Amino acid sequence: MPSNSPFLRQPASVQSVMLKVLVALLPGIAMYVWFFGWAVLIQISLASVTALAAEAAMLAARRKPVRHFLTDGSALVTAWLIALSLPSIVPWWLTVLAVLIAIVVAKHLYGGLGQNPFNPAMVAFAAMIVAYPQFMSQWPAAGATDLATQINAIFGQRQLDAMVMATPLDTLRTALHTSGLNATVESVLANKTTYGFLGGKGWELVALGYLIGGLWLVQQRVITWQIPAAFIVAFGGIAGLTHLIDSAQFAGAGFHLFSGGAMLGAFFIATDPVSASTTPRGKLIYAAGIALIDWVIRVYGAYPDGIAFSTLLMNICVPLIDKSTQPPVFGHKEKRP
Amino acid sequence: MRQLFSFTGGVKPASHKIESNRGVVIVAPLPNVLVVPLRQNAGLPSRPLVQAGDKVLKGQTIAGPGGSISVAIHAPTSGTVRGIETHAIPHPSGLLAPCVVIEADGEDRWIDRKPIDPYALPADELRARLRDAGVVGLGGAAFPSFVKTQHGPTQRIDTLIVNGAECEPFITCDDLLMRTQAGQILEGAAVLAHIAGAQRVVVGIEDNKPEAVAAMTAAAGKRSGLPVEVIAVPTRYPAGGEKQLIRVLTGIEVPFGKLPPDYGVQCFNVATAYATARALLHGEPMISRLVTVTGNVERPGNFEVRIGMPIADLVALAGPKADTDRNLMGGPMMGFALPTLDAPVVKATNCILAASKALFPPPGPEMPCIRCGACARACPMDLQPFEMYWFSRAKILGKAQEYHLFDCIECGCCAYVCPSRIPLVDYYRFAKSEIRAREKEKDAADVARLRYEFRLEREERDKQEKAAKLAAKAAETKARLAEAGDADDKKAMIAAAVARTQEQKAEENPSAE
Repeated sequence: MPSNSPFLRQPASVQSVMLKVLVALLPGIAMYVWFFGWAVLIQISLASVTALAAEAAMLAARRKPVRHFLTDGSALVTAWLIALSLPSIVPWWLTVLAVLIAIVVAKHLYGGLGQNPFNPAMVAFAAMIVAYPQFMSQWPAAGATDLATQINAIFGQRQLDAMVMATPLDTLRTALHTSGLNATVESVLANKTTYGFLGGKGWELVALGYLIGGLWLVQQRVITWQIPAAFIVAFGGIAGLTHLIDSAQFAGAGFHLFSGGAMLGAFFIATDPVSASTTPRGKLIYAAGIALIDWVIRVYGAYPDGIAFSTLLMNICVPLIDKSTQPPVFGHKEKRP
Repeated sequence: MRQLFSFTGGVKPASHKIESNRGVVIVAPLPNVLVVPLRQNAGLPSRPLVQAGDKVLKGQTIAGPGGSISVAIHAPTSGTVRGIETHAIPHPSGLLAPCVVIEADGEDRWIDRKPIDPYALPADELRARLRDAGVVGLGGAAFPSFVKTQHGPTQRIDTLIVNGAECEPFITCDDLLMRTQAGQILEGAAVLAHIAGAQRVVVGIEDNKPEAVAAMTAAAGKRSGLPVEVIAVPTRYPAGGEKQLIRVLTGIEVPFGKLPPDYGVQCFNVATAYATARALLHGEPMISRLVTVTGNVERPGNFEVRIGMPIADLVALAGPKADTDRNLMGGPMMGFALPTLDAPVVKATNCILAASKALFPPPGPEMPCIRCGACARACPMDLQPFEMYWFSRAKILGKAQEYHLFDCIECGCCAYVCPSRIPLVDYYRFAKSEIRAREKEKDAADVARLRYEFRLEREERDKQEKAAKLAAKAAETKARLAEAGDADDKKAMIAAAVARTQEQKAEENPSAE
């Protein structure tokens, strides 16, 4: 029993929090496998093994109790998020490298669990998209789920032409940005081999899986409603508004929210407690900031999606946001501190 | 129906009330030797009035108030004073303190009890009687009650809140008191209201005590005159915290640094109201109280216990189980582990909780804070506990204070919910004591600095005065010279002065001749 009060403790643990996050990712992962094949599970396994090995090595090097921290599950969450963010058919060494950057650099060199100012998974993703843009734009096509080909893509010679495609976001951006095509959002999205009801074919259901898992996390009180709600409202708001103004140039709210990393970002990336804002109002500002920057990157930037960069940019702002949004204390509510 | 308010945060641990609240109040047998500490109230300790060999009666004053915030202490039974001895008192550090030790004669003979009509006496007289009857807050803080019935010129007390919330898990002594003494509690509350000048009494009871609510409501229905409301408040720890209960019942938030009378309210525990009734309406000073003995014991229950009874004897009545590893005084959220059961029951003892590994499993190993914010959502004071933790741990105490460290009531909700099992409250206690120590040091340094500056000033003033005197003398001499108008005179004067000095030297030191 503890030496001082309170002697009662709720049976909560960091481990149970992290396990719930992993469970919440399962619906999205199931959809991913259904539409795009087993490759993503290979990547998740690869990332998990690498993350645990890197975590153990770093803990040992830092003379921390290895078993104690290795079982907290935080490295697995980082690993899974990286595996789900990278294209599922990137070469194995790219996944390994990304995980190493996340665990070694972004997590442990900053002081380990709880100390990292930046979301480790997003640091790794940003490093990869800058260093290896050629691999980061090759995504599996929906239905091209032949396991042998995928294994070959990951571990062997890459002969991908038959199975890769750009993401639906990338396709839209390229079409709209290429002058002379006279493409409109409507004409691009009319291609039903790439696009489904709202976003990319298959991808929109993966996003739905993340949404369902994310809502469960809110219900379980692992995450609070502020970050996903502000993210979705801000993203949907700016996309919907610009779509109203010029529907030829700007895709609508549904498309944006169910494409790319929006749902994963809203419920699993922006909600990383260590690197996110902590005050109720701060969370709203923080998540809305990520959504708006991501929209700008998608529409005007050089990358098809920008969850990583927008998250990292808002991570920088967290101390300022938290400081200026401190909630009023009991009895001091008339004047904000 | 009164509109209720709510406080944010709070937690709902398993209440564990049912173990101890089913039986009746058991009167603990009279011990042979009673150890009555002189320090029992918040404020200054009491001043002993007896010495070894004195015969005392039950209820006789054995110590008087030791200052303006202090009360009297009484012999819990009749007998002989063995002496004023240093003895363990209930304290987290196992502190030893002077206690009046009384050997009971077994007759348990009362002093001449003099009930009074409180409504016929002025408030100041009643306050003096409360003080002399040893009435202190029995919710745990043991603050002298007579002080709380006073208020400053800018303050007022309209509403007297009677705290029957008893939000800590395991503790049921207030519950049993309300079930069995509802009428007397309200009599006492009415007297306190009369002394404080309050217009109404509001009793707040957590709704997990329906029998107590019913008993108190029935008793309130039988009364006339002063309006008394009995309100069931939602069960959520720490609803019985003074600030939280005031908030729930009135909507008022009393901030750190202010007192309830600044907002027209004052709050007393139900047991304090009962003690007031015993003291003034029956002439019986505060010599016993109800104590819950529960947890890892065979027969948990509530005992009426004399102040001064060894806690070991009390626990023995409930049949402690073999695997008890520690005993707490108070509840599991805010109580403390007793280093020794040798210590006696005091006025602040509301519960003895026998603990075991099974009852309070050791929390898993501590992990780093992941800023999940569970503590902030649980905090009933709307603080950001993880920020306070961060700065307390780093000893950046100024920052910890900026995050309202001193608004923390140490209720333990943050540590209760922390998934990293960080003993957060320990860090706040540490930071608060560090800040207090530094302020004390700074005060001492300030005094020293002021003294030094004063000395410098005085020396400078002396110097200036001397210089001014010399200047005046020189001016005088000059003036005289000018009057004489002769330069030779000046030489003569110097020569005379030199001769005078030599003469003086010779006088002082004749051997130099």
